[in-house]
Amino acid sequence: MTTTETTETTRSSPKQADDRFINRHASLMPTFAALGVLVVLLVAAQLYFGDFVSPGNMSALLLDNAYLMVIAVGMTFVILTAGIDLSVGSVMAFTGILLASLLGRGMPAAVAVPVILLAGAVIGLLIGILVQYFDVQPFIASLAGLFLARGLAFVVSLKSIRVDDPSVLWLQSTRFQVGDWYITPTGIIALLAVGIGAFVLQYTRFGRTVYAIGGNEQSARLMGLKVARTKVFVYLVSGSLAGLAGLILTAYSGAGYPRNGIGTELDAIAAVVIGGTLLSGGRGYVLGSMIGVLVYGTIKTVISFLGAEQAWMQIIVGGLLLLFILIQRFIVSRSERRE
Amino acid sequence: MGVVKHRLFWPIAALLTLVVVNTLSRPQFIKVTVRDGQLYGALIDILRNSAPLMLVALGMTIVIATRGIDLSVGAVMAVSGAVALTIIHDSGNPDNLGTVVSAVVVALLVALVLGSWNGMLIAVLGIQPIIATLVLMLAGRGVALLITEGFITTVNSGPFEYIATGYLLILPFAFLISLTAILLIGAFERRTALGMLTEAVGINPEASRLAGVRSRGIIFSVYVVSGLMAGIAGIIYSSNIRAADANAAGLFIELYAILAVVLGGTSLQGGKFSIAGTVIGVLIIQTLNSTILFLGVPSAQSPVFFALVVVLVVIVQSPRVRQLGRRPRGATGSDGTADKPAKAEVGA
Repeated sequence: MTTTETTETTRSSPKQADDRFINRHASLMPTFAALGVLVVLLVAAQLYFGDFVSPGNMSALLLDNAYLMVIAVGMTFVILTAGIDLSVGSVMAFTGILLASLLGRGMPAAVAVPVILLAGAVIGLLIGILVQYFDVQPFIASLAGLFLARGLAFVVSLKSIRVDDPSVLWLQSTRFQVGDWYITPTGIIALLAVGIGAFVLQYTRFGRTVYAIGGNEQSARLMGLKVARTKVFVYLVSGSLAGLAGLILTAYSGAGYPRNGIGTELDAIAAVVIGGTLLSGGRGYVLGSMIGVLVYGTIKTVISFLGAEQAWMQIIVGGLLLLFILIQRFIVSRSERRE
Repeated sequence: MGVVKHRLFWPIAALLTLVVVNTLSRPQFIKVTVRDGQLYGALIDILRNSAPLMLVALGMTIVIATRGIDLSVGAVMAVSGAVALTIIHDSGNPDNLGTVVSAVVVALLVALVLGSWNGMLIAVLGIQPIIATLVLMLAGRGVALLITEGFITTVNSGPFEYIATGYLLILPFAFLISLTAILLIGAFERRTALGMLTEAVGINPEASRLAGVRSRGIIFSVYVVSGLMAGIAGIIYSSNIRAADANAAGLFIELYAILAVVLGGTSLQGGKFSIAGTVIGVLIIQTLNSTILFLGVPSAQSPVFFALVVVLVVIVQSPRVRQLGRRPRGATGSDGTADKPAKAEVGA
């Protein structure tokens, strides 16, 4: 058996070897494709503008999209279980305005920040409980979360609230510099979220259970995995990270605003899908989502460099989303045919 | 007992409760006055203002019946409003009836194209509905912004304003549009075999295909209908505010439409659907909205109430709670009665 296999391998043409590589790593392919798109975008922008890939620009890319990156990490967890969390944009707005309001009333940041993270976590927990224990579809449960958080944001304040707290502003204004490169504490938080998220998904029992649920929930349950607990927990993670994004966005804009983050959930879903995570669950990577966010951020920067209408942003992101869905569809149907 | 078990019992009860509560707190709520042979009053306003949501929710109902979802309706509304208003605005003769009619026709054709685009992605390419329509949801508003060149186009056009604010005979024209849509869709889905086929596709696409149902054609056409409905809704919306606002038109309407469908007892899992249920669901949402406004709550905060309604409804409908409710009643043949409302439903 072994000998025939080896002879076949040696005889196979390079094209077949390529095919085999693609099949073996089918779930990685969309992520590679996203990386390819990112590189092409950066190279093309560099050639067109001359100084696009500069340390300043690249550092700003992380800074401007830190909040979206944090949200995308949580969204990846949820989508991997074949769920969806529509509430993240509203939760970010709610925690952001809550933070600004609490600080404005003289609460120290050391208390206010944990409070808002907890608020995000509680909304996530509610969604998770609805999904797991009341058999509500994730779409509807998180829709309730979206309405709740958006309404609560306006209950906290109808107008924007400025933030003067030095420790919150420090997150944004501090720049650790290496040459022309810099990173802010918010950027570090975003990268930490990505790193920890990737580690948890890859190497912990919880993370592997997330993949197992997305692959086949029934099988995961029969294997004795803690399906119920894990499913509730992914929404808790997503809610908490959306709360964290509220902190980052408030630090970034120096104010809380109840209208923030309308449509951010769609941007996050788009970034996660572009990064190679399948909406049907079970396949995808946090690092891919990070690449998805960077693709999103790069397009945004290019459009503002061109001075073109921001309307193009929505059209291009929509088009890219379609492209990546088609790529994924092709890869999945191909690997299914081979099996 | 049989009445309580009917699928529409709880939605109707909720709607009546809202009407009663409103009437008790402000008696003029229930009053309908006749002025110049036209009906006025809070109830009439609810019927008139519910037209865009009603149209979108009707389209959403049959989409959901095929186990799909259409997130792009808000964006289609924005595009159709932008197309119609831009044509009227650029024509230089906004009060001409012919201009308005051709603008509306072009806008609806565009909406049909957008609906076909969704249908093609889902029925032909086999992409998940939620993600396929997400593409248009993201890109559609961008297209609408490009059409209006980033501005909020406003027009003063008598014939165009008539669509949302005018009266035909004694009733608001906008309500008559939604009534026509209800009757047409109801007739096609319930007086022909189409409704049964739609449900078959939603319950098991593969099995229905093997049984000879043209599931691909049915799936394609529900998205076309949904697009058209959203197009009409977009025209009514922009006629009401006399402007095409690419950012605000139809914002969140997909969520409210889905909520209306779910309130009406149609499951997001596809299959059985109820047009009557959706109509009641829309009226519940519109009445609740007017109640919240009456209470003096800023409209921006109203989502909190809707969140509570959603949570309440889904918990009541969830299998866990239903089991709790069933157990105390014991084994008095609850299985036998459970089938009856389902059969009665076909005629609804």
